Amino acid sequence: MNIQTKLTHTSAEEALLLALSVSERAEATKALSFIEEKGLPTRRVEAWHYTDLRSLLRHFPKAPKAIDSEFAAEGLVEMEDLLEGFTIGFSNTSHVRGFLNKLPDGIAATVGDGPILPNPVNVNHDVIGMINSALCEQGVILTVEKGRKIETPVILAHTCSGETSSVIRHRVIVEEGASITLIEQHHSSTIANHQNVVTNLRLDKGAKVVMCIAQELGEETTRLGQLNVVLGEDAELTILVLNAGGKLVRQEIHVDVKGENSKIDIRGVNLIGNGSHVDVTTTLLHNVPNTTAVELFRNVVPAGGKGVFQGQIRVAQAAQKTDAQMACNTLLLSDESDFSAKPELEIFADDVICAHGATVTDIDDNHLFYLRARGISEREARSLLVKAFVEEVFEDLDNEQLGEALNSRIENWLDLNG
Amino acid sequence: MIEIKNLHVKIADTDTMILNGVNLTIKDGEVAAIMGPNGSGKSTLSYVLAGKDDYEVTEGDILFNGESILEMSPDERAAKGVFLAFQYPLEIPGVPTMNFLKAAMNSQRKARGEAEMTTPEFIKAVKSEAAKLGIDMTMLKRALNVGFSGGEKKRAEILQMALLAPKFCVMDETDSGLDIDALKVVSEGVNALRSPERSFLVITHYQRLLDHIVPDSVHVLYKGRIIKSGDKELALELEENGYADIIGEAA
Repeated sequence: MNIQTKLTHTSAEEALLLALSVSERAEATKALSFIEEKGLPTRRVEAWHYTDLRSLLRHFPKAPKAIDSEFAAEGLVEMEDLLEGFTIGFSNTSHVRGFLNKLPDGIAATVGDGPILPNPVNVNHDVIGMINSALCEQGVILTVEKGRKIETPVILAHTCSGETSSVIRHRVIVEEGASITLIEQHHSSTIANHQNVVTNLRLDKGAKVVMCIAQELGEETTRLGQLNVVLGEDAELTILVLNAGGKLVRQEIHVDVKGENSKIDIRGVNLIGNGSHVDVTTTLLHNVPNTTAVELFRNVVPAGGKGVFQGQIRVAQAAQKTDAQMACNTLLLSDESDFSAKPELEIFADDVICAHGATVTDIDDNHLFYLRARGISEREARSLLVKAFVEEVFEDLDNEQLGEALNSRIENWLDLNG
Repeated sequence: MIEIKNLHVKIADTDTMILNGVNLTIKDGEVAAIMGPNGSGKSTLSYVLAGKDDYEVTEGDILFNGESILEMSPDERAAKGVFLAFQYPLEIPGVPTMNFLKAAMNSQRKARGEAEMTTPEFIKAVKSEAAKLGIDMTMLKRALNVGFSGGEKKRAEILQMALLAPKFCVMDETDSGLDIDALKVVSEGVNALRSPERSFLVITHYQRLLDHIVPDSVHVLYKGRIIKSGDKELALELEENGYADIIGEAA
């Protein structure tokens, strides 16, 4: 006798299945049968062990029907002012700002849903990508032409308002020898909305990219974000991550290192307030010889915050002389703070330098006493020490303005949550 | 200025007594030195004066200009004018020294209801005091005490003292880790701050420091009590004969 227990779907799964059932895309049909059978991933799925999406995702709101009027968040405006960038703005799923014909010379861009291409990086249990390719409605396809060095940062600004889901997919191609700074910014109102944004980035030979993902979402927002990168020969990639909001956030970063002599520098700050669950999951796939990667995350977790870092470095047998360093340092501000770190090295080559380290600390009482003995109040002393811990991360960026902008958003968060 | 009355102190959450009835009065403008063998409670006394919460006062009181400071937090005491120059100044990565100095000066001003300093006023004050102590301004751009040599750390402590202009300064083994030249610079810095309105408690193992900072009174601390007091001659006597005689006398 064959007994098969049928999965009872959660309300979020049901809402998601409904959304998938109305889409006619082949990807939607595929996603539908997958979720119907298996449901959203639980802790039993290795890649989602610390973020049990099935129990954490409470809701999957409908996509917006009408174009919402744009709302500007303080952080968005401040970054724009400081960076003097060119903004392409999305409100929910509508492109509301930035005339593409005004983009700096050397960038070709179109807005639309475009063809759905499979994820260029092979990702384990890729639920974010699956939902995205089934439901995405908007996005930018942006090409930086060969040899063009774009000085003006391009800001992809996303705002969500109302109880909606916005599913967006961007594709960025940086051609041979070209360079650009891209900033993905995310803001939302305090209503429970859902955001799924996937950015696929390709760096051709010798391309140089700074990719910054900064989110200051409202306290009820769910964000499933994914950055997939294919890195060509001699390419240089800097990824900057600032998580400073949201209720349930999973930011995945997957880099397929396909070109020799390429370099990756990933730095991130996760500020995880009360009631927030923030997961950063990265995989670096070193597939060719002579590549380097540095990865540093600093996390601050006050009472009631829960953070996750999963960092995987995979070095293929052919990838000799890989130099990969990964560090994840966490400051737990309370006994009711929670952080799980899972650094993972999988090395098949024999001539590599790989290291990882994860530390967890609280504020040093002796440091605190020293500052207080000089007249600094306990609150201010704590805030100075927390700032010192995280602001180092973005301090010595080539683009000083960007570092300052990120640090000022960090200070803003610390002032509100300190 | 300071009256320490029958002060009994234990390590918090233990039964380990460190101070067993210290009595000491320091007048306005007086420089008092405390000497004593290792483990006599010298550093504990300095921490208790500054308000470190690793210690618990079980009996007695500390009066600062007639007012008990025992219930005050370290920052409140600092704003009132108590300053502790640390034996081992802490290295605090990521906090630039200049930012720290400004935060400290303005916090104290704010606590006293005074106007905060403007940035130009602040920089002018730092430059002038730093020059007197032979401190290079580039050192102050670095993180607080991080990578400073022993001498630089102690000079930075004196710089803080000069800028914060406290009324009562506790100097915990300021001479430790200093070579002769650095000792001279630090002592001159302290001497320049001596005034009829400012008192000092200088804690040291060695008479050497007291050649440079000449005390008005010298007290010997042993097993958490002051067992002998005298003038600067007492320090010379100790240098000559060690603590054994005095300890024998007291026992």
